[in-house]
Amino acid sequence: MSTAEATPLSACPACVALPATEALAEARRRAAEAGIVLSVPGLGDAQDMTRAEEAARALPGVGRARVNLTQKRLSVTATPEVTAERLIGALAAQGIEAHELDPALLTSTENELRGRDLLMRLGVAGFSMMNIMLLSVAVWSGAEAATRDLFHWLSAMIALPTLAFAGQPFFASAYASLKARRLGMDVPISLALILSSAISLFETIKGGEHAYFDAAVSLCFFLLIGRYLDFRSRAAARSAAEELAALEVPRAIRLEDGAERLVPIAEIAAGDLVLVRPGGRMPVDGEVTAGQSELDRSLLTGETLPVRAVAGTLVSAGEVNLTGPLTVRVTAAGRDSSLHRMADLVAVAESTRNRYMSLADRVARRYSPSVHILALASFIGWMIHSGGDVRLAVNVAAAVLIITCPCALALAVPSVVTAASGKLFRKGLLIKDGTALERLAEVDAIVFDKTGTLTLGTPDLVPGAQRAGDLAVARALASGSSHPLSRALAAGDGPRAEVTEIAERPGYGVEGRFQGQAVRLGRADWVGAVGGEETSAWLQVGNEPPVEFRFADRLRPGAAELVAALKAEGIPVKLLSGDSAGPVARLASELGIADWKAGVLPAEKAAEVEALRAEGRRVLMVGDGLNDTVALAAAHVSISPASALDAARVASDIVLLGRDLAPISDALRIARVARRRIKQNFGLSLAYNAVAVPVALVGLATPLIAAVAMSTSSLTVTLNALRLR
Amino acid sequence: METLTILIPVSLFLGGLGLVAFIWALRTRQYEDPEGDARRILRKDWDDKPAP
Repeated sequence: MSTAEATPLSACPACVALPATEALAEARRRAAEAGIVLSVPGLGDAQDMTRAEEAARALPGVGRARVNLTQKRLSVTATPEVTAERLIGALAAQGIEAHELDPALLTSTENELRGRDLLMRLGVAGFSMMNIMLLSVAVWSGAEAATRDLFHWLSAMIALPTLAFAGQPFFASAYASLKARRLGMDVPISLALILSSAISLFETIKGGEHAYFDAAVSLCFFLLIGRYLDFRSRAAARSAAEELAALEVPRAIRLEDGAERLVPIAEIAAGDLVLVRPGGRMPVDGEVTAGQSELDRSLLTGETLPVRAVAGTLVSAGEVNLTGPLTVRVTAAGRDSSLHRMADLVAVAESTRNRYMSLADRVARRYSPSVHILALASFIGWMIHSGGDVRLAVNVAAAVLIITCPCALALAVPSVVTAASGKLFRKGLLIKDGTALERLAEVDAIVFDKTGTLTLGTPDLVPGAQRAGDLAVARALASGSSHPLSRALAAGDGPRAEVTEIAERPGYGVEGRFQGQAVRLGRADWVGAVGGEETSAWLQVGNEPPVEFRFADRLRPGAAELVAALKAEGIPVKLLSGDSAGPVARLASELGIADWKAGVLPAEKAAEVEALRAEGRRVLMVGDGLNDTVALAAAHVSISPASALDAARVASDIVLLGRDLAPISDALRIARVARRRIKQNFGLSLAYNAVAVPVALVGLATPLIAAVAMSTSSLTVTLNALRLR
Repeated sequence: METLTILIPVSLFLGGLGLVAFIWALRTRQYEDPEGDARRILRKDWDDKPAP
């Protein structure tokens, strides 16, 4: 991702310097980059990086493949025949998990520019600070008369342009908040910067003893660090949200006079005919007009049992088509679909959470007015005391403003949040919301969803009393179908019978011939059996009574460890599932969760969460389905796996990128440590103020004391944040 | 004291050189993937045309 890669450097090195060429190169770079972007959350080290890049390059047609390890993205430029699916397949063969991202949605350009702008101001402020500090050493060590004036003038010549340039973010935001008649943190900051440089300039002209240029510039520098870190964690959260929106590239196959065309979902309108292949997800709400199949509704309702779909069946967006192709007449697409109607409920539930005020805001709200009052009081006090010496009074007031300026305070939160979210990102957790970390630290109850959250949502054969012969026949039949149950059966090791004439009957099952007899594997009612509420497939050989094959959902890796760890910590765990009682009870006993409920409707899930909240609990909700969405938004803080439906990912604060659930317990621990560090940091910076402010108030704060107090408090706060393990 | 008239401009110039280098690095997007670049440099495979 560099300008140089798009600009042929060797051809014309000087061209790079020309602005016109740069713009051209930028345009060319954008065009080249609009290839394929994949999210690769699992990449950890240099070997992974090489493997991913080589796996991508090995595909014919791939031009350039480059991993960005910081963002965990792989960008690939390739000829049109290379699709994201093929790349994902090639990476999966190397054991690398990848998701497609929509490059058009990753509009990080503006963010990038803002980040670079802040970094540039930070660099300029840092450069000036170093130089002014060196010049100040001479003043501090006792330079007098003309020498001191010379150094003051030099400092002024460096400091004033620097402050005018590097202080702009603060001035702009202070102006904005004054216009809105509020006193933000930036008002005292701007006041301190302007007042201290004005009084210092005045003192320099008059040949006075004290000039605060060094303090003013270092103040600006430290505050910019805080601002940059804050911006970075916000940008990371924002790009996480964008990344998730981009994760699902919604397309649908539209039937146009019998011809199939792949179109973006936005172009689908009600009344269109859409073809959904087996294994595909319903892109729209609609009614089946042709075809027979089975639908997996687990993402929407939590039930693991597939439902039959024939002509006339109503389908909703998000359901997965299992066996046969279905033609669907669209009744609602995009924003009108049932997926998006859920958004209203989510918005209502979220409004309660938006009232959460972060620690930093709470401190700032009290701190900011008191700074003004303190400075004003010292000004008035010294005016009275000195009998109207304005110069002295302004000097003291400026010193008070500089000392009390929330320098360490502004660093206290961003430095910890940056350290913590970096740690969590490395463990595969994306933080989408700025205050999520703080809220996570307060959690004292956890609610889990079952299907897709504690389990993977893919079935596994439960060993039963079937005869080996039946199993062999079932395996042979199952290998002819792509139904999830069939795939689970076929995946098992063991002998396969010689079954011929295997044919899939969409919506029913698979049939074939074995030793002259007709054999069938499929739904209970198709083979003449009575189905229970368990997920199962039935096998009938000839006219013998049907044999049942039971399936259970597989546990997500790390689920057992996570529940055990939570119980060890004494955090109550609750399981709420839309699935039937049998599978839920089995899973609950397997994990040792005593508190569970089955057959819960979406609104009931939210009500359960609300009830816990009313008890004074702060609930962490972990879920993935549409039926969890409202509960996710209603909970104090929420986590959803990356495999979740986009509505659920949007509603939750944190997204788990990998398959493993274990990082959640790490996340809880890190969040608690981070919260403790933030509080310690506030304590540290307040302690510095408690020592330094009285010194400033009695008029003893020399520029040296101001500079030392500010730098040490900022450094201690930052180092304390970096201590986070 | 006369040395100051030489030394101060020299030190400012050298510092400015550092600042220009920083701005150059920023504008050529060298801070895009700090983690990846840190690891790329330690890779064993020979790459005579490293993509920037």
